Order: sequence, then C-alpha cells, then structure tokens
Amino acid sequence: MKYVDEFRDAKLIRQAAAEIRKLATPDKHFRLMEVCGGHTHAIYRFALADLLPENIELVHGPGCPVCVLPMGRVDDGLSLASDPKVILTVFGDMMRVPGRTGSPLEHKARGADIRMVYSPLDALKLARENPDREVVFFAIGFETTAPSTALTLRQARALGLRNFSVFCNHVTIIPAIRAILDSPGMRIDAFIGPGHVSTVIGCRPYEFITTRYGKPLVTSGFEPLDVLQSIVMILRQLDSGIAIVENQYARVVPWEGNIPALRVLAEVFELRPYFEWRGLGFISQSALRLRDEYAEWDAEKRFHVPGVRVTDPKAAQCGEVLKGVLKPHQCKLFGRECTPEKPVGALMVSSEGACAAFHNYAVRTGVTTAASTGS
Amino acid sequence: MPASQRIRFADAQIEMAHGAGGKASRRLIEGLIAPLMIGPLANPLGDSAIVDIEGVQLAFTADSFVVRPLRFPGGSIGDLAVNGTVNDLAVSGAKPVALLVTLILEAGLSTESLEMELRAIASAALNAGVAVVGGDTKVVEHGMADGMYITTAGIGTLDKRLVFSSSLVRPGDKVLLSGPIGDHGITILLARGEIDLDADLQSDTRSILPMVDALAGAAGPGVRWMRDPTRGGVASALNELARDADVAIALSEETVPVRAQVRGACELLGLEPLHIANEGQFVAVVAAEYAEMALAAVRGAPGGHEAALIGEVRETPARTVISCSAYGGTRVVDMLVGDPLPRIC
Amino acid sequence: MCLAIPGKIVELFPDQPHLAVIEVSGVRRKVNVDLVRDEVPLAVSDWLLIHVGFAMSRISAEYADEQMRLLTMLGEADQAITEIEGYEFNQS
Repeated sequence: MKYVDEFRDAKLIRQAAAEIRKLATPDKHFRLMEVCGGHTHAIYRFALADLLPENIELVHGPGCPVCVLPMGRVDDGLSLASDPKVILTVFGDMMRVPGRTGSPLEHKARGADIRMVYSPLDALKLARENPDREVVFFAIGFETTAPSTALTLRQARALGLRNFSVFCNHVTIIPAIRAILDSPGMRIDAFIGPGHVSTVIGCRPYEFITTRYGKPLVTSGFEPLDVLQSIVMILRQLDSGIAIVENQYARVVPWEGNIPALRVLAEVFELRPYFEWRGLGFISQSALRLRDEYAEWDAEKRFHVPGVRVTDPKAAQCGEVLKGVLKPHQCKLFGRECTPEKPVGALMVSSEGACAAFHNYAVRTGVTTAASTGS
Repeated sequence: MPASQRIRFADAQIEMAHGAGGKASRRLIEGLIAPLMIGPLANPLGDSAIVDIEGVQLAFTADSFVVRPLRFPGGSIGDLAVNGTVNDLAVSGAKPVALLVTLILEAGLSTESLEMELRAIASAALNAGVAVVGGDTKVVEHGMADGMYITTAGIGTLDKRLVFSSSLVRPGDKVLLSGPIGDHGITILLARGEIDLDADLQSDTRSILPMVDALAGAAGPGVRWMRDPTRGGVASALNELARDADVAIALSEETVPVRAQVRGACELLGLEPLHIANEGQFVAVVAAEYAEMALAAVRGAPGGHEAALIGEVRETPARTVISCSAYGGTRVVDMLVGDPLPRIC
Repeated sequence: MCLAIPGKIVELFPDQPHLAVIEVSGVRRKVNVDLVRDEVPLAVSDWLLIHVGFAMSRISAEYADEQMRLLTMLGEADQAITEIEGYEFNQS
C-alpha cells in the first residue's frame, strides 16, 4: 500500500528508534502527550512504546471524540431511535458505547432500527431511499469529520430532503488541549500533535501552545515512522530549548489548513456557548451545532431529546485517564468491572480509547491491576 | 475445569455478539449451553465430538449456516454448509463420510433460489467426497430465516494418522496456516452492500480435506492441534488454544498471508485481518521437527500453495496470543467481544 | 478523527466533478472530492487522503519523498544530521 508501507519499513524504524535513544539523554525524563486517539491506537497497534527508551513516557490525551461524549448524549441519541419512524445511523465506533439503558448495539437487539454507516453520505442515501422514514445521523468527531457532516447537510439542503437530520456532537480540539495545559499538576513536555484534524485546521491554531505555554508541538502522521520521526523532532527542540510548531505530516497537512473545509464548516455550523466533555467538564466554545439556516436538518430541533445529564459512576476514573493523570491500568475498575466486554466508560469501548487500546494490545506481563496491588 | 475458573453466563438476553465466535460466544457456550446441555466437560470443546459405538470411534459434528446474502462471490450458503461441516470433521482428525442437511426455508423464497442451493450442496458434497444421506425441511413465516437457514450434522471415521489434542501442545511447536486470511468475511461484508466498497475478492469456501490429507500423510505424528478459523478468525481460534493449553502463541506479523484487497479493505474500515472469518482454511500446531515437512506437504496439495508457518508456541506470556512486528514491537492479539465493527476513528 | 487512508484516483466523472473513484490495494470506493478541488484539476493517478467517504487532502509526492529521504539519513553521519536540522527549521 503506497504511502503506508514505506512508513512501516523495519530498517528505517530501527534507525529512528536508535536516533531517539541517542537524543533522549538518560538524566532527563520526557513526558510526551499524543493528543489524538488515532495516535493512541497507532502507538499500541504498532507497539511503538517497545521501541522507546524508559525515560520517554507517552501520555494519552483526550482526542477521542467517542471517549469524551457524555453518557447523557448517547442516551439522547438512543431516545431518537425509540421513534418507530426513525432510522438512527451511527459510525461503527458508536455501536458499543454504553448508554444508561444499553449501547446502540443492545438497543438494536431489542428492535430499534439502528444501522451502522461508514459515511454520512450513506445516511443521506438511506433517507433518499426511504422517503417514509426519518433518517437521523449521529454525528461525532473532531474537525476531521465535521466538514464531511457539513457537506452532507449542504447536499441535503440543496436536494430539499425533508426526512434527513443530524444529531450533532462535533467537538473542537483546541479547547481540549487548552484544558489539559491549564490542568493543575499537569506536566507535559511536548505534544505529538493531531494529524488528520490538522488537514482541516492547519498548524497555526497550535501556535499558542508554543508561545504562551512554551511547549513544542509536532503535527504527526499515524504510521510508525511518522510517530517516531515526530518524537525525534520533539527531542531536538527540547534539546535546543526552543518551542515551535513543526509539521512532520507535511505530505498531507497544509500549514494553512483546508480552505473549502473551513468554509463549509463556517457555513453550516456555529460554536455552542458551552458543551460538556466527559471527564473534562463543561468547556466553552468547544463544540458545534447547526446554524439557524440549517434548523430544519437539526435533529435536536426536529425531535425532542431528553437532555438529561448522566454523571459517570463514581468509581470510574475516565476523566483522569483522559487527562493523562492516570494510566489505564491504574483506574480501579480496569480489567475487573470495566472490560471491553462489559465497558463502564467509553475509553474501554472506543478502539482508540486509551483503556481499550491498552487492554487489547498491551502485553500485560508485569503490569498489575489496581486490584492486585491492593490500591 | 476448576471451580475458580468456571465461566458464568449472566446476560439477561441473547445478543448478536453471542454468535460472533469471540469472547461472548465462548461465555455463552462454556457458561450456559455446555453445562446445562452436555454436563461437566472432561476435555475442552473441539470442533467435533468423538463417540464410541460398540468399540468403533466416530467423529460427530453439527453446524449451522446463517448468512446474508445467500449468494456471494465465490459461493453460496449451500457451499458453506457442506464445506463447513467437512472442514469441522477434517480439523478433528476425521475422514468425513456422510452428512445430514436440514433446511429452514422462509415463505416467499423462490424455487429458483432453493434449486441453486440444492445443486450447490450436491456439487460441494461430490467435490469433498461425502454423501448427503438425508435431512429435514421446514418452512417458516416470511420475515424469518433471512431466506434460508441450513443446519447440518456430519459423521466420519477417525484418521489414525492424526491423534492430537490441545494438551499435547508444547513451547517450541510451530503454527501452520493453510492460506490467506480474511477473504470470506470481507467478501460477505462487501456483498451486503452497506459499506459501498468494490473489490475483486471472493469467499475462500472449499473443502480443506486434500490439504489435511497431505499434512497427515507427511507429518501426522507431529500434528498437535488443528482448528478451522471461521467466525472470530485466526485470533479467536488461537486464543482458545492459548487458554486451553495454558501457553503463549507468538505470531510473526509479516509471515501471515493476507491478500492485498483484504488488507486494503481492513485498512479502510479499521478492521484486523486476524479477526475476520475464513471458510476454507485451517490453522495447525506442529512439532518443530515436523514443521518444514508439514509446510511442504500442504503447499504441495491442491489449494495449499499459499500455506505458511506464521509463528510458534512459547511459555510466556501464558494464555495470550501476541504478534511480533518486523521491527521488534510486540502487541497482544486479543479475542474480540463480538463481530468486528468498522471504525472511523 | 483519525482513520484516513491514502487512495489513488482511478476514475473521474466530467459531469460529476464532486466525485471520484479511488482505489486502495484493489478496493474501490466512490468518494466526494469537494474538499480537495482547486485551480489545479484532479487527475487519474493522483493520491488522496480518504476519511468517511470524503477526500480530505491531496497527498504530496514531493513531501513524501523528502520525508523518506530524511528518515533514510537518520543514523548516518553527523553532517547529514546538521543538514536535516537546517531543512526542518526552514520548512515553515
């Protein structure tokens, strides 16, 4: 696979790992946060931590849009599916996320018409093919996915489609990063920056991290060589005492972002005054909703959603894991009450959630759960 | 199984995940179905049961086929029914002799469709060298049975060249895979039309008897364990072995054969080939000294040219399957909970 | 936000400029290319980054080659490393 295989070349990976070992001077300890859930998944899938020296610690960030969705919003989406006219369409990632009365998959087993789609365009197609049904698309994702929803809405509007609407849960990445940086007790030395979000927003939005907080950020691709090269670039910055934004993923990320994407986002969406993020609390100006011109296609306006806040079980430590304060296996529920089979929190369901990735991929020899350490 | 390891099934209702061949399936079977229906198990459940009839040992298996759509590139439900049952017997070290085929037909199914499947069953049976000796037919209301469900029972004699069980598996043994993985599962996913991907790909449904026969002839005494990796994929089959035999299985990532199109579809959808169903493959554990002989024999058999040695058995990490990359990274290959779901994140 | 795959354009539709068929290892899908259309027209054999049925970005062969060059040079002589550092700071 072109543009994939060459970035998985074993020899070059070993070379990059060697360079990292050279740069990571033993007297220092480096805490690098990868913001994006896709990077968390890549790190585990490619076992990249195996290649890093002990003094480089990778901290998982909150960039997993499924993980930060509060349970109440899952319930709101599921309540839409209780209307027999509604076909609720969701991405595969959402199917097992637990709501208070079960996951979309479980609701489907009980008879709700919930269908998995690969693209919002598939949902649009369903609406056109089923004029007597109401198709609702459960939109999630950061700025990577939001333009696709926006373009789909633009098409729905142009077609005058009356039976299609979007339940919008798009969130933006910068407020999440700011929340991490402002978290008391946070010690992150540098960021492995989002890759695909950056294809839309470009690299400029991250500059405040370097100028105001003095931390380097390198926007990174997702293949092993991308992540390793980004770490090399970060270590070189830290060694030189500088902090700037660098674009490792230049083959795909334009520094200025994607203008047509930003344009359609501005046309279709506006920022919500505030939005609740699981584990991070309410963050202002951090999520999108449909503009008034698109009210007809806004599922929240077309249908009644309960809008109930559901607090996480007290024992679940999703928030701390999301902020990188705790490692997955340090949560008291990890591997016991909370497993991929019976997930308590979304971080165990989403394949890019830190807990699921750790549970599914990490070689667990030597890693003890909270239970066995008695803590 | 010691009381402390006894699996309990506590779900209030049956979900799709319970049929996917992964962790949920295993819990249902080992926690509820086997204890209530069969009783305490002396040995781990295998693909076939061995029954002793007045001193003659026969292998006995049942299988059921539920697939949508009924026809797909490379085959149809009729092919799956025969090949699936034959393969179950083959990986239990048996020579299939006869099949019973039960058809559950949905009212409204066209006679033409039924005829196509009957011909497929007859042709697959002829190809595999088994006789379909009877069965049953029922019709259910429109809206049930997805067109047609097929269940089978198969019986065979034991191949004296193949005597194995998971308890014989030892660190140092090698893992042999008969061919590329993921063809069937991805073909079905694409054939459903929901994902809107196009690929030149077909189901691998076939009888694995010729390959197993070659293996038995050349390396029979060295074969320790076999399984046909259907729902749940190679990952599930090997995870079950790792658990039953209390060993580790270490795969070498780059040696696992996967067709480019399967890889492409998996990358696009965020799926792992090791979790995808196969209908014409087997995975075997072979003693190290027999491994090369075994590989050569399977490669020389019809359809076996893509066979490969993909890993080995180790002591640690026990009860775990790991995959080692060419550059030295190691990750766990876990058993899925339910069906593999495409992802966008 | 993250699963996006490089795919090669194998078919374009003059009467439907917002669509293209891309191929990934022999797997084909029709995708929407509205986000990557600009003054330079798309051509068959161009590579695009695909996410949920939409092309997000055109893949730059030049940048990819440059990156491979940098990666190949890692672990070689120190002079090469100094050259790389100079390149990276000039890039933005």
